[in-house]
Amino acid sequence: MDQKGLEKTAANVRTGVIKAIHAAGSGHPGGSLSAADIVTALYFEVMNIDPKDPDMKDRDKFILSKGHAGPVQYAALAERGYFPKEDILSLRKLGNRFQGHPDMNKVPGIEMSTGSLGQGFSASCGMALAAKLDGSPARVYTLLGDGEIQEGMIWEAAMSAAHYSLDNLTAILDWNGLQIDGKNDDVMKITPVTDKFAAFGWNVIEIDGHDFAQILDAFDKAKACKGKPTVIVAKTVKGKGVSFMEGQAGWHGKAPDDDQCKQAVEELGGEW
Amino acid sequence: MADKIATRESYGNVLKEMGAVKKDLIVMDADLSGSTKTGVFAKEYPDRFFNMGIAEQNMYGYAAGLALSGKTVCASTFAMFASGRAYEIIRNSIGYTKANVKICATHAGITVGADGASHQTFEDISLMRNIPGMTVINPSDDTSARVLLKQAIEMQGPCYVRLGRAAVPVFYGDDADLQIGKGNCIREGKDLTIIATGIMVSKAVAAAETLAAKGIDARVIDIHTIKPIDKDIIVKAAKETGAIVTAEEHSIIGGLGSAVCEVLAEECPVKVKRVGQLDTYGESGQPDELLEKYGMTEADIVKAAEELKA
Repeated sequence: MDQKGLEKTAANVRTGVIKAIHAAGSGHPGGSLSAADIVTALYFEVMNIDPKDPDMKDRDKFILSKGHAGPVQYAALAERGYFPKEDILSLRKLGNRFQGHPDMNKVPGIEMSTGSLGQGFSASCGMALAAKLDGSPARVYTLLGDGEIQEGMIWEAAMSAAHYSLDNLTAILDWNGLQIDGKNDDVMKITPVTDKFAAFGWNVIEIDGHDFAQILDAFDKAKACKGKPTVIVAKTVKGKGVSFMEGQAGWHGKAPDDDQCKQAVEELGGEW
Repeated sequence: MADKIATRESYGNVLKEMGAVKKDLIVMDADLSGSTKTGVFAKEYPDRFFNMGIAEQNMYGYAAGLALSGKTVCASTFAMFASGRAYEIIRNSIGYTKANVKICATHAGITVGADGASHQTFEDISLMRNIPGMTVINPSDDTSARVLLKQAIEMQGPCYVRLGRAAVPVFYGDDADLQIGKGNCIREGKDLTIIATGIMVSKAVAAAETLAAKGIDARVIDIHTIKPIDKDIIVKAAKETGAIVTAEEHSIIGGLGSAVCEVLAEECPVKVKRVGQLDTYGESGQPDELLEKYGMTEADIVKAAEELKA
């Protein structure tokens, strides 16, 4: 898919995010929208996957360690053809499969149930280790939130992934700078992020997380890096693509009302 | 009594044996491989052993990822840190996902001994049996540990297996018919039933002999699987003997005693006395000294039984 195609697809994914969260009446739009370009690149260009065979042998895996951004994974999987788009409008409703945070036993394409921060990262490491033991070419990708890396378990995992030379593992840090209670810098400083990962033995690549050329180039470089895991530190904008949500911590975990949904969908210009 | 063997030793031997035939078996530890006996496996199969360092949360997260990729994983540390430190990872990444991880936790209970209260867990059975889908196993001796560990490794889904540090008497013969989920009646009796688990089973058997000399005919049941608990054998014992003593090297809050009372309160209410750690922390000391001080001996079981029959 060319850059134009990816941009168009990402707009569709973002539209799915807004529509699903609006229908649910609750959810996390800010961190779903900030990650939409990275997730779109993974599902539509980078990963070796097959929507018709979600459990395909040696497939690449994506684990959304920041599980509260579930809507962006659901919307991307729907856009990729894992299930009908309208299905995700049942998000967060009783008895449906699109849980508030992803459940691997309910939705095809979800590789790990996440939501409790920090845990998806360790599980991703375990999956990367399993692929190595099996001599599989599979690669594992995991998306971390910036607030999420305040969890101590993240650094246990970071240490171990370097120790076991998991070069088939790529973490992406969705660095939008905001968490529920405000700016990372005010809540709990995470900087210097790149130095921290480098000190833990990781290959570190910094990019603009909304520039597809940079995103794809970073994934190529991660694949080429041997002997250590790669983290792509992606500077992003929380709420990206919806003017009134951009850079607003208040849109971390709030659903748009009818008018806001209409405006957001118009601004995004995606197909649905 | 026959030889004494710690159930952690049994675990090491089972891992070595299973490792030879079960090629997808992965073993992990958090820097305690000498103590938990996973080191026995590590020596035989270094390519399938992973030391995760002193990072229990991450270890159980890895275990989930490996298991969800098709591996059978035994991940070990002390019971305190497995069930306590890593509780929420076990709940969300292993329990909720139904990952095929065996949490083989050693150094459970007060018989940890001299290390003291920080390392003596009385809460692990309670914590683990609250997790939906978690099988909770507490072997009583070398034979039961070997038999039940093998079954746990062969079954699908998450298991918690509670193992001990101290050497305990071997009283089951090699022909013992033990099945996960099925209580084992060791001794028949009509006056009351002692329902025991783990290292308290051999003490329950001894207590029943003492009680017999005093004219009390006690039944003894080994509940090695706390979850799913064998309701039938417990209800039958209540109906036929009318009174129950429970015995465990665990808090009387949330462990075997609680589990038995939950069954009986709904199915067949009878008088129950619970022998186990009261609502308190332990301290340093030798295992036998501690069991005596904290009320988990043969004599404590006898006393509870006599009080029930008084």
